[in-house]
Amino acid sequence: MAAVDTTAQSVTRVPQVLASKVERPSTGWTSWFTTTDHKKIGIMYLVTALVFFILGGVEALMIRLQLGAADNTLLSPQVYNALFTIHGTTMVFLFVVPIMAGFGNYLVPLMIGARDMAFPKLNALSYWMFLAGGVVFYASIFFSPPEMGWTAYTPLSEKAFSPGGGVDAWIFLAHLTGISSLVGSVNFYVTIANMRAPGMGWGRMPLFVWTILIYAILLILALPVIAAAVTMLLTDRHFGTNFFMPPDGDPLLWQHLFWFFGHPEVYIMILPAFGIVSEILPVFARKPIFGYKAIAAATVVIAFLGLLVWAHHMFTTPSPSVVLIFFMLSSFLIAIPTGVKIFNWIATLWRGTIVFKSPLLFAIAFLSLFLIGGISGIFLAIFPVDWQLHDTYFVVAHFHYVIVGGGVFAIFGGLYYWFPKISGRMPNERLAQVSLGFMYLGLTLTFLIQHSLGLDGMPRRIYEYQDIGNLELYNQISTVGSWFLGLGIVLSLYNFVRSAKKGAIAGPDPWLGNTLEWFTPSPPPQNNFDEVPRVRSIEPMKDIRRQVERQSGITSDDRELVSH
Amino acid sequence: MAPTATYPNPRRILIAAFALAALGLLAFTGVASADLLTPQSGGSPNADDIDTLYKIVLVLAFIIFFAVEGVLLYSIIKYRHRKGAVAAQIHGNTRLEIGWTIGAAVILVILGGVTFAMLPGIRNPPNSQANGYSGPGTEPIKFASAADRQPPNGRALRIAVNGQQYVWRYTYADGDKNRLNNVFAYNTMVVPTGTTVTLEIRAQDVIHSWWIPQLGGKFDAVPGHTNYTWFQIPEDKAGTVFRGQCAELCGRNHANMIAYVKAVTPEQFKLWLAAKKRSIDAANRDVIAQRKVLFPTAADKATQDSAVNPTP
Repeated sequence: MAAVDTTAQSVTRVPQVLASKVERPSTGWTSWFTTTDHKKIGIMYLVTALVFFILGGVEALMIRLQLGAADNTLLSPQVYNALFTIHGTTMVFLFVVPIMAGFGNYLVPLMIGARDMAFPKLNALSYWMFLAGGVVFYASIFFSPPEMGWTAYTPLSEKAFSPGGGVDAWIFLAHLTGISSLVGSVNFYVTIANMRAPGMGWGRMPLFVWTILIYAILLILALPVIAAAVTMLLTDRHFGTNFFMPPDGDPLLWQHLFWFFGHPEVYIMILPAFGIVSEILPVFARKPIFGYKAIAAATVVIAFLGLLVWAHHMFTTPSPSVVLIFFMLSSFLIAIPTGVKIFNWIATLWRGTIVFKSPLLFAIAFLSLFLIGGISGIFLAIFPVDWQLHDTYFVVAHFHYVIVGGGVFAIFGGLYYWFPKISGRMPNERLAQVSLGFMYLGLTLTFLIQHSLGLDGMPRRIYEYQDIGNLELYNQISTVGSWFLGLGIVLSLYNFVRSAKKGAIAGPDPWLGNTLEWFTPSPPPQNNFDEVPRVRSIEPMKDIRRQVERQSGITSDDRELVSH
Repeated sequence: MAPTATYPNPRRILIAAFALAALGLLAFTGVASADLLTPQSGGSPNADDIDTLYKIVLVLAFIIFFAVEGVLLYSIIKYRHRKGAVAAQIHGNTRLEIGWTIGAAVILVILGGVTFAMLPGIRNPPNSQANGYSGPGTEPIKFASAADRQPPNGRALRIAVNGQQYVWRYTYADGDKNRLNNVFAYNTMVVPTGTTVTLEIRAQDVIHSWWIPQLGGKFDAVPGHTNYTWFQIPEDKAGTVFRGQCAELCGRNHANMIAYVKAVTPEQFKLWLAAKKRSIDAANRDVIAQRKVLFPTAADKATQDSAVNPTP
């Protein structure tokens, strides 16, 4: 790093990456337990979430193996029910939501030009609560794993029908990860509201930061509801209350409370994925994001509408017509801002000069797959059609297209995009392409045919089925696909592990990024930046590069993307 | 340096994956199966209407799908980085953005309109056919709730469906005021063709969901609530057995909670119902006789004692 040129003129000074290590960062393995550095916590979040992702993936492969043949006896119904319960809970509570917190932790301070989160100690608390939630939940597999599904519908999850401690472990997980996310969300909100670099008004904030802000607000709104609901379930189970059991209680109350949290949770998972894609596309299309304001506004509108669609999960319950119609129309409305986002992303590519690096490939895969999940959502929003599709494999296909095709592909795009910043080294492009190919093919084989499984009459959450219609054929296609998907994911994870040691040195700004995290060494020092230039647009790093060109004569466009 | 030199044919993998996915889609459509792309139907008008509504949505969905994926594919091929190419520094286009927002809204308004137009046919049961069943159990009920939709003439065969771990029980309103004496059956529901059948769906332990795909949508059986649906099997389907199964996780053997609906002619149904009724009456008489032996009253005791142990 160049030392600060103290003699330079204060106004016309050429901006350069400046970051002297003000404080000697602690090293060694104990530093991971004591750290309050947002980057270290971010890395711990990312790694822990990926470990849970692997566990959830293994559970998914076991589920697919059991369904690979009609009338299969590989797994008992008890084990099968435990597997899909733990799989669903893991992927939602222990993978997608926390990995977004990991990205947020690592990137939000860097992207807004801050030196850390507003409350570094709360940040550490947030991570350890998340880890504790995961450990408590997984410990239940040695005693009595939960078998009631991740939605924990009452009365099945009540003591009378689920006497084991698995449900209680699940309740404990919901509380611990809930506290973790609440603490983290307050931290994100305060950080984003107060610690942005000079000149970074709301209208110049990176779109990823916008989505983390909305993610935090949604979590703050939705988590108290699930916290209350699981507490009521706990008192029902152990302290003699009767909230969810007839004749005095009502099982539908649970569904309303659960989905009032559960549907915003979908947007909590997918909005940061939208943010990641909104960061990647303009960088690799070499073109500003198309319709910045529309995308930011669409994020806010989706979040608002996302709070008003929960009962579309309940179209088959005994509910009045007005409820069905309201929630059908509100679900329709949410398709508009979502469509706007997709159109804006494609328009960002339009007339660009697209550089096909791994982050962009994953972002394009995200676009093409998430679209399918969005379209199948329209079928499900129309409640008479949902009467046929609800609780079948069509729904399983739909939400896996959204959460894997949307969420996971964006997450992997983000991992490839920020890997050089986090590790200081470049990922292997060839391996990334092969991985993406397997993931894309695997996802399509696994989940496209599941639409047909549902249409052919296969409900969710059944441990065995008779070979009626084409059920066995469709299931076999899906099972084969799941192994391709798994292989693709393993290849990318291997890529990260290998490249962290052997990858080419990245330098501060290998992709020619637009945002401030690239205006610091890779990996960044503990204090991130000594100084951040005034932000003048939504692409401060592009401005900085231009200023460097103007003042130093070195054009950064001469420098192609780092090649390998 | 040209990007092609640094990483040979990066598009190839993406295009191959796209092509494979598209091929997969085509292969699926090639399979001659009715239920590959559409829900099951054919057993009842409401199932047929849902199928029609679904197909309308499917056509729109395919148009949107191919249009959007097409533009995406075109952009990434046409605007890939080439030497000397300069990206257009566009920040947005308000008219275009307003345009596609309205476009998306219009599509949804159309879908909403079609749904509302088709809703009555799906939800409101029609009258039974002229030669449908009209015996015991089809008497009009006086006080139906708004959710409990009945045919215009009020005459439908009423069956109470009860879900319990892991079996379905059907109770027929056979005219007997004492519901404990009503005809009932487990697993297989026998129904007359050409007759509107209305179901009252309940559960006694956990939530279950009643679903016979060919007879229409699914309706949850929730403890403490009653859910309603109906079907009317066409006359030419007499002898058909429709299969379905519980669609809401209800415990370990959720997968084995199968339901059958067997369609018979109204005449056969009348005979079946009468035979069931007779056997229930006979069973009741047997129970009364047994009760006299097991739990005798003083009078019974006297006659029994004299019969079994004659006084020496």
